[in-house]
Amino acid sequence: MEEDKIKMTNKEYSEYVDGKAKKSPIIKNIIFAFISGGFICVIGQIITNICVYYKIEVKDAATISIVSLIFLGAFLTSIHVYSRIGKYAGAGSVIPITGFSNSIVAPAIEYKSEGYVLGLGANMFKIAGPVLVYGIFSSFIVGFIYWLMLFVR
Amino acid sequence: MFSEYLYVFITGGVICSIGQVLIDKTKLTPARILVIFVVLGVIFTATGIYKPIVDFGKAGATVPISGFGYSLANGVIEGVKEKGFMGIFTGGVTATSAGITAAIVFGYIGALVSKPKLK
Repeated sequence: MEEDKIKMTNKEYSEYVDGKAKKSPIIKNIIFAFISGGFICVIGQIITNICVYYKIEVKDAATISIVSLIFLGAFLTSIHVYSRIGKYAGAGSVIPITGFSNSIVAPAIEYKSEGYVLGLGANMFKIAGPVLVYGIFSSFIVGFIYWLMLFVR
Repeated sequence: MFSEYLYVFITGGVICSIGQVLIDKTKLTPARILVIFVVLGVIFTATGIYKPIVDFGKAGATVPISGFGYSLANGVIEGVKEKGFMGIFTGGVTATSAGITAAIVFGYIGALVSKPKLK
């Protein structure tokens, strides 16, 4: 038994230690992320369904729902509530589109004192910028491959 | 009706849980997690994996940032179908223009009216 432990490689050992040390907070974090993330998505679905009820096309309804959630994320960030939710929700507040909106407003507020152009304006996209860069770039690649496939056929 | 919201809740919850595992188990910052999720959203949509998830989970799959990748990839494919080569450049951003504009406008107003937090 003892020999088994000694024979462990570094990687196995660090896995063994991580398993012993961090187990309970990770499970708690995951549960909180699951509930908060799921809850935000349900709000999005409720807004979509209300729009559909008022005879708005499904595609437009989904857009209205996303725009509303972006507004909600920006609003809650500007009154300093979103960061408090984030402490408990973790990824549940980062991954939904409200987190994208939070990532725009939070640095903008922080750097506002450095001016409206180079402070607020430049720092709005500190985190959202990379998201747009990699998102749009990868969609370009997908579009190009798809175009080639249609072209060759 | 209720089961629809349950599927939305579960799908959104699972996607956010994956993000939480990445945050806890790796040393990735939230910014990198967001980038990874958008790119995965684009790739999974292009390969046809994400569409069934959206059909099942609806807002549970479109509200997470991977849904932004879903819109980008769908948009660019639609763009190429309609406009050919030009669609590669116009499709993705056209499909997501409402979200991007909303994020800039509400983000700007939110930052303008907000007072920096006193510690």
